[in-house]
Amino acid sequence: MSVLKILTFPDERLKQVAEPVIDIDEKLLTFIKDLEETMRSGPGSVGIAAPQTGCLLRLAIIDVSSKPDIKSHGRLVLINPEILSWDGYAVGREGCMSVPDYTGSVIRAERIKLSAMDEAGDEQKYEMEGYEARAVQHEIDHLDGLLFLDRLVSRRGDLHKRKVYKKKGDK
Amino acid sequence: MGKWHMLTIVGEDRPGIVAGVTEALFEGGCNLGETSMIRIGGNFTIMMMADYAGSPESLKAMLKPVAESLSLRVHVDLIEGKLHSHVEPDVVVTLSGADKAGIVAKAAGALFEAGLNILHLESDVAGTDDKPIYIMHIEGVAQKGVGPLRSALDGILKEGVEASIKPIDTLYA
Repeated sequence: MSVLKILTFPDERLKQVAEPVIDIDEKLLTFIKDLEETMRSGPGSVGIAAPQTGCLLRLAIIDVSSKPDIKSHGRLVLINPEILSWDGYAVGREGCMSVPDYTGSVIRAERIKLSAMDEAGDEQKYEMEGYEARAVQHEIDHLDGLLFLDRLVSRRGDLHKRKVYKKKGDK
Repeated sequence: MGKWHMLTIVGEDRPGIVAGVTEALFEGGCNLGETSMIRIGGNFTIMMMADYAGSPESLKAMLKPVAESLSLRVHVDLIEGKLHSHVEPDVVVTLSGADKAGIVAKAAGALFEAGLNILHLESDVAGTDDKPIYIMHIEGVAQKGVGPLRSALDGILKEGVEASIKPIDTLYA
C-alpha cells in the first residue's frame, strides 16, 4: 500500500468530470487500498475522492466513524455513487486536502438517499444525514469537478439581514 | 518574500477605493497577503498585509497620490506576520437584541473569562434610529469547551439579549 499524492487547487484535473467505473478488477482494488491509506494519512480527514489523486474515476471513500456521537455507516467505498434524493439544508464548515489552509461555509442537504456499488460490485442503497451526508456530498462534488470553493457562502451564514422593501407610495 | 507591513486605510466610502489602492501597491512592487475590507458606517476600511522590501515611510509615500485623490487616511506598521498560519474556529456565538450601551464589553468580558479566544467578530446596528437592534457574530476557539461559554452568557441573556452558541464541526475531506 502507498500514500498517493494529493492534487491541490488550482490543478486542472480537479475540475474534470470523472468517468464511471466499469470493471472492479485487482488493479482497482489495489488503488482503493492506496486511496484509503491516503485518506487516513490526512489529519482528521473523513473522506477522499479518486480525482483528488489524479485518477478520474467515479470512486470515493468515506469514514466518519471517528467522530463521536453521530450516526454513520462506518467505512464506505462508493463506486459510481448517485444521490437519489435530497432533503433539508444546513450551513456547515468544510475543509479539503486539495485546498490546504482554508475552510469555508457551504450549504448541503441534511439528509440524502444514495445508491452506489461496493467493492464486491453489489449495488447498495444508503440513507444518511448530517455530517456523513455532508461528507458524501463533498466527495461526489469531486467526481463532478467541483470543490467546496465553488459553493462557498458568507461566513456570516447564521444571521441574514432582511431586505427592507419600500411600500408603494413611499418616497 | 516576507517583509510584511500592515496597512490601515480608512476614508469615506466611494466607488474605486479597492481598485485605486491595490493598483498603486501592485505598481509599487507590493505583494498582498491576507486582507479585510469592509464598509462600516459609511466609511470604507481596509486592513491588509503587504509584502514590501522598502520602509513603511516609502510605502506610505507610494500611496500618497491615491490617498489624496480618494481622501483616504493611511497608516503603515512593520509587522511580524506570516501566511498559512490560520487558526480554525470551533465555535460561533451570535448575540442580538435591542441596542444597549455596554453589550459588547459585557459579552466580550464574560466570554473571555469563560475561555473564548475571538478570531473574528463582526457587529452591526440594524433596525431604525428610534429602535436600533444590535447584532454580533463571533467566531473563535473555545479553549475550555462550549459549556462554560453557555453559562457565561446566561447573565447577559437576562438583559433582553438573545444569544446562540454553536460548535463548528469542520468537515475535513
